[in-house]
Amino acid sequence: MEFNKLKKALKNDFTGLPVAGVAVLADSASQLFCQALKGCGYFNKINLNIWEADYDQLLQTVLDEDSALYAKHPRYVIIYQSSKKLINTFYKKDNQQKRSFAADQIGFLQMITSKINERVDTNIIIINYPEIYDGIFGNFSNKTESSFLYQVRKLNCLLMDFAISKKNINICDLSAIQNFTGSNTMVSERLYVNTDNVLDLEILPVLAQSIADIILAYSGRFKKCIIADLDNTLWGGIIGDDGLEGIQIGELGIGKAFSHFQKWIIQLKERGIILAVCSKNTDHIAKEPFEKHPDMELKLDDIAVFVANWNNKADNIRYIQSVLNIGFDSMVFLDDNPAEREIVRREIPDITVPELPEDPSEYISFLSQQGLFETTSFTEEDTRRNKQYREEADRTVFQQAFTDEAAFLESLDMAAVMKPIDNFTVPRAAQLTQRSNQFNLRTVRYTEDQLKALCSDKDVLTFATNLHDKFGDYGLISLLILKKIGSDTLFIDTWIMSCRVLKRNVEEFVLNHIVETAKANGFKKITGEYMPTPKNGLVKDHYQNLGFKPAENNTWELNIKEYTFKNNFIKTNHA
Amino acid sequence: MSTNTVDGILEQVNGIFKDVLDNDDIVVYSTSTADDIDEWDSLSHIQLVVAVEKHFKIRFTAAEINSFKNVGEMCEGILKKING
Repeated sequence: MEFNKLKKALKNDFTGLPVAGVAVLADSASQLFCQALKGCGYFNKINLNIWEADYDQLLQTVLDEDSALYAKHPRYVIIYQSSKKLINTFYKKDNQQKRSFAADQIGFLQMITSKINERVDTNIIIINYPEIYDGIFGNFSNKTESSFLYQVRKLNCLLMDFAISKKNINICDLSAIQNFTGSNTMVSERLYVNTDNVLDLEILPVLAQSIADIILAYSGRFKKCIIADLDNTLWGGIIGDDGLEGIQIGELGIGKAFSHFQKWIIQLKERGIILAVCSKNTDHIAKEPFEKHPDMELKLDDIAVFVANWNNKADNIRYIQSVLNIGFDSMVFLDDNPAEREIVRREIPDITVPELPEDPSEYISFLSQQGLFETTSFTEEDTRRNKQYREEADRTVFQQAFTDEAAFLESLDMAAVMKPIDNFTVPRAAQLTQRSNQFNLRTVRYTEDQLKALCSDKDVLTFATNLHDKFGDYGLISLLILKKIGSDTLFIDTWIMSCRVLKRNVEEFVLNHIVETAKANGFKKITGEYMPTPKNGLVKDHYQNLGFKPAENNTWELNIKEYTFKNNFIKTNHA
Repeated sequence: MSTNTVDGILEQVNGIFKDVLDNDDIVVYSTSTADDIDEWDSLSHIQLVVAVEKHFKIRFTAAEINSFKNVGEMCEGILKKING
């Protein structure tokens, strides 16, 4: 997008868009950057309320307790120091100081970010440092600690380590932007000389979008899924016409381009992006390469939802959306055919449909520069996501064959393991208390340390439940914490369940188990409480449905002697 | 539109001013300076120069960018580059 278009967007109506406060601290002229960022927000449907610190007053602003930086409580603070300014400072240093330049600069960043964090709870986005090749030492710069090239590269590495160590510090990778635009495009020396604006007008929109990507990811707006076409998208040629031996993948024709592309997609899968296929094809013919072609990188196992038929693609994408149950705005649709892309764009406005280059060998370089796959975290859980969604998709398809709920549940072959929380399950249990909002009776949040303390408390019983069925493992999906009150009563302090296992009778299974344990330990009553929040209406009648009777102070009570065990289709696994 | 005369260039430059400054009512004369046009400040000056360069496929030096006292001088600068 052109800078001028972003600037014109400033006149548009921003009302109704979600607002996010942003503070910009820069060591060079930043007005044009702020204009680009504000305009870029408009096209990303977010109203960025930008406050710009005075020109080149980074340190003073941060140290000034009365600064508007703190009064405004911005959700994001952007720190932009340009390499151009750094090199000026660098040149004034003596040899010794030059050698410690990167480390000193990181020390400076640590100091100002911790000052900021002392006063406001905010996400800090540091723009990193594009290399400047000043030619002073030639290639020997690489062997010279007192060269700027050496120090700026080191600085970017140290900055990454610093960001890894702090949850709320993020890097906007301007250096990567320079890598694909080139340093001559990046900086307009003429503008810099005349106005102290470092970045070229062509680059400002790219940088603005990159920052917007980070902010959107923080707001929960990021991509979770790729839906890909097959013929001429994942392989060259048309499987229905060219046959298994005729499609281009691996060594045949330009097959190498598609092999690389598939490998790239697998990397995305391994970092947590869900893969789906949507192709106009006969199902078994479309699946053949995945099953039989030796050069296919992608296997059927990699695809969470596979749809090949002759229906229109928009309908098929709607079906995929219903199976995965994620928003259209978190999906990316890849198709080589411009006409199909246009139909999908028109029918499903929220989905992202990149204008793929005509030449498949350019797919990766093009897509990797679109800022499509921004994220704010990466955990073990992400690496398993595709598998979990595939299992869920299998269940959905499986369930469609049943009209009888009980028959469906029975055929799932569900089995559960119920254990007290231990050192292995504490992290996930804490995560459940912190993230679960819907199936959560009292919404008490616990840290890992608090949970560990509860585990060693004699008057507390904890129950963590793992569930699996014939399609796969759901993981730890239910957590209960019971506290002894009085001589014969157990109070349900926490009852949480993952919504992925709604309508599986897990509640009944869990209650049976608890009553048994309570009885064995000589308790006569179990009491519970529902504390309403804006999000937990789902469990409003939870205790009533399970046969608890209303008791004093809005609590519910279950008399153990009168309890009849509840039917369910979950077997107990003592493993 | 002619690019051989200062007048022909002035007409095209006027179009660029309208577009970049986002105001269709702007009329520029050879004698116009930043004082005469509200939206024309040091920041938009950069944008104007860059847009002019793109339009005429020319490139000014840092010193030239700084030297235009009014629109007429800019047009003469453009003409010189085109004929250069």
